[in-house]
Order: sequence, then C-alpha cells, then structure tokens
Amino acid sequence: MASPRIWLAWRVGVFLAALAPLLFWSWQVANNAAGPEPGRYLLLNIGIGGLWMLLLTLSLTPLTKLTRWKGFALIRRQLGLWTLAYATLHMLSYALFILGLNWALLGSEIVKRPYIIVGMIALIGLAVLGATSNRWAMKRLGKRWKPLHKFSYAILGLVLLHFFWVVRADMQEWAMYAAIAALIMSTRLSPVARTLPKLRHRLSRT
Amino acid sequence: MLIKIAKPSDLHESDVTPESIYLSRRRFMGGIAGLGAGLALSGHVRANDNYSDVPEGDAPAWLKEKISETQWRAVTPSDPDKDKIAPFDDASGYNNFFEFGTDKGDPARHAGSLETQPWSVVVDGEVNNGGRFALEDFAKPSQFEERIYRLRCVEAWSMVIPWLGIPLADIIKRADPTSKAKYVRFETLVDPEQMRGQRSSFSIIDWPYVEGLRLDEAMHPLTILAMGMYGRELPNQNGAPLRLVVPWKYGFKSIKSIVRISLTEEQPVNSWQKIAADEYGFYANVNPNVDHPRWSQATERRLPNSLFNPNTIDTLMFNGYADEVAELYAGMDLKENY
Repeated sequence: MASPRIWLAWRVGVFLAALAPLLFWSWQVANNAAGPEPGRYLLLNIGIGGLWMLLLTLSLTPLTKLTRWKGFALIRRQLGLWTLAYATLHMLSYALFILGLNWALLGSEIVKRPYIIVGMIALIGLAVLGATSNRWAMKRLGKRWKPLHKFSYAILGLVLLHFFWVVRADMQEWAMYAAIAALIMSTRLSPVARTLPKLRHRLSRT
Repeated sequence: MLIKIAKPSDLHESDVTPESIYLSRRRFMGGIAGLGAGLALSGHVRANDNYSDVPEGDAPAWLKEKISETQWRAVTPSDPDKDKIAPFDDASGYNNFFEFGTDKGDPARHAGSLETQPWSVVVDGEVNNGGRFALEDFAKPSQFEERIYRLRCVEAWSMVIPWLGIPLADIIKRADPTSKAKYVRFETLVDPEQMRGQRSSFSIIDWPYVEGLRLDEAMHPLTILAMGMYGRELPNQNGAPLRLVVPWKYGFKSIKSIVRISLTEEQPVNSWQKIAADEYGFYANVNPNVDHPRWSQATERRLPNSLFNPNTIDTLMFNGYADEVAELYAGMDLKENY
C-alpha cells in the first residue's frame, strides 16, 4: 500500500518528534529561561518525558490491535530505545547537575533512598531490554524474547513507584499518569484484548 | 528589652556593594555631576536604590510610607561574598506555595488572583489584647527593618533574601499573652476561589496551612513578620501581604499569607507534621546531621546555580544562626526533636 519511503519518513518523523523536547529544554536552559535551578529543570522534565516515552511504547500494541495500522509496530523498538535514552539522561542529570558528580554522595544516596534504588532498578531493566532489542538478540533468545520484554510492564510499575515517592504535596499529576498507565495495561487483560479487534471491525464499518 | 542582633564583627551597609547598587550608584553620580550638586547629595544612597532593577509593586500608600522609613540593612550576612542576595526574579519566580500549585513556577503564575487589600489578621487565644486588626493598624506601630537572611528549604536548596518586616515579638508583646501562653499558632488564608491549589481534590494538605513556634522562638529577635522584600512590598507568590520568616528553620515553617495568629497552651500540629510526621517535625531547625528520610540535609544547592556548577555548599547548624539561637535548644536532643 504505502511505499517504503513513506515508512522511512514516518520513522524519521517520530525520531525528530522524540528528540524535539530535549532540544527545547536545552534551548530554554541556554537562554536562561529555565529558572534559578536549570539542572533540576532538566532532571524533572526529562524524567516526565521518559515516562511519556514508556507509556507511548506500551500503547503501540493495543493501538495496533485496534487499528491494524502497520505504522505503530514500526516505531516500537525506536520508542523503547527513546525510553532508555530519556531514563539514562534523567539519571545523568541527577549525577551531574544535582550531585555535581560527587560520587561518594551518589553512593550513599543510592543506598539510603528507596526511590533512587527503585529508579536505578528500572533503568537497569530498560538497559537490558534495550540491549536485547536488536535482531541478533531476538534470534538468539527466540521464544524467550517475548516474556523477557514483558518486563517492561514491571518497569512501568517501578517508574510510577519512583515518581510516587518523590511527590511532596499534591497527587494530581501522579494520579493522571497512573490512570493512563492503568488504561494502557488494562488493554492487555485477555477479555479487553479480545474485544479490541472486534471494536476495530465496528469502527471500520461505520 | 530590645536585643541588638548585629554582632560587632558583622559587616555594615557601607561594606555591602551588590553589583546593582554599584551600577545604579554610578549612574546616579553621573547624573548628579552634570548638575554640579554632587557633593551636597552624595553622602547617603537611599537603600531603595539597591533595588533599582526590581519592578515596582502596587503597595497601598501606608505600606509605601512604612517601607520608605525602613531601617535598611538592619541585619546583614557576615560574609556577603558568600551569601549573595538572589536576583529578585529568582526569589519571586521559584516558590513553594502549594495554595497556588505544586510546580515551583505555579505561585508566580497563579498568585495574581490573590486579593491582599484590604487584609486583616485575627489575634486570639491566650492573650489579653486579642481581636481582628486591619493589617495597617497591625504594622504601623513598629519600625520596619531590612533583614538579609539565608532561606534554607527542606528540599536542600537555599537563597539569600532581603526581607522587610517587623519583629514578631512586637506583635506578641502588644497582644499581651496570658501566663498560659506557651506556643504561637499561625494560619494561612483559606479561599479556594483565589487559591487554585486549594481546589485540587488530590492535595495532601488539609487546608488551612498551619505552622507553629514555641513562644521563646516566636519572641526571638531574629523572628520577623515580613511585609516586603527587595525594597518593595511582598509579591503575592512570596506570601503577601504578611508572612513569617524564621531564618534558622526550614522554609516551610515560614508560613505565608497569614490571617490568624493564636497564642496557645498546647503545641500546635503544623501541616507538614500532620502529613508526614516521620519526615517533618514541629521544630524543623536546619540541621545538617539529621537527614530527611528521602534525601540528605548535609549540603544545599545555593540558588541561582548553573548547569555544571550546582553550587553545593555545606549546610550549617541552625542555618548559620547557631550563635544567636542555639541556647533556645540547650539540653534538647535535636535528633529526637527534628
């Protein structure tokens, strides 16, 4: 139906869209428009950005079921890797801009603060999934690849827990992300998963 | 008895020359020289000129007058090179004032909806001279003083802010506490129509925001009720028109937009203690040796900072005011009473 060139354009477009927020935040910092604590500005924005990437990645499978549009599956690996990239930059922002590369402090903070431990576990999980997302690893893992990558569900849980522990005064923002996550995950429950293709038929008929 | 706080070793007005004064002074002198009247006027720089780059507010006439009579630089940092005054835009653009939202920029974005004129304060509880006072009458009998204090947030960042205000002790003395009075309890305005954060159904805070001090802490000469900063009235996001400033305690103790001050016999339960007693105590004295359960309090990021220089400095016991306040806590276990 669509030519390979269009699919390439789609993938490049998604790449640029995922890159854009990072460029925007950097631009804000470069122009002194990020407030008195630019490091924290980057840390928080990249963190929330990473959660968005993870939610988008996990919404591709239900969206494919709902629409059968090939485009969603084509960007799944890319968005998964973007999630890893955002998470890595989030951690680096913390180490560089908040701790000022004070490794001793980093060591003691990681051990003492549960939300940092949870965040680190999530990051390691993402790194494992990222490392096994190439064709070679998929071939080597064979049938084990899919169960391994279902760990992304657990990672979503860890990320929300990490976020939950940082909130000080108002749960509204957190509750919004938790609700979106619950919605996306609910599409994987078998009764819901079965109705998605039916829903597609109904939608395509009208 | 009025206790003079400035120690002989402290620097005085003449020693402090922030860049903005230096520049405005040069401009000022340049203008004057042309008129040939330089010598007659050069002896005294009006302290308001320190803040020539600070936008003018919309203060009522009585407040402008009080501010113009301020005793400038009444308390200054002993090391003004280390404790540089934060730019006004940072001090008024990066705030925790959850009545207006949880993002640091929310108060500056949303506090414009707060109506601060007229404003009245209720003084009640264990006092002989209670009542409801118009802010004007409340403030007028006292001399305004400029106090340049370090503000240490419990979130491990800090800024240096030049407040304008009156000693809380003045107010308490006028209220004439009874012999039963042992604590002071403060309350912030509750008005969800003006304060959008109070409309959130996900808020953890049970409004009104409440804070408290022991009576001797409240009477301490460092403790002030601020009505201005940077030579002008308080911007709404900084707690206009009346806020507490207790420089040796974490910032959350310095309650904003106060409508009620009560003298009590019982120790008040402050809002953060109610939310998470294991994280926030009643005393909340700045203490590098007692960590917040979720982060270290040993150091702080002095703001504004930059990307590759977090400007991390060691946090000092009682935020550097130990000489003045440590005796209030003699014999107390500060790990127990955090």
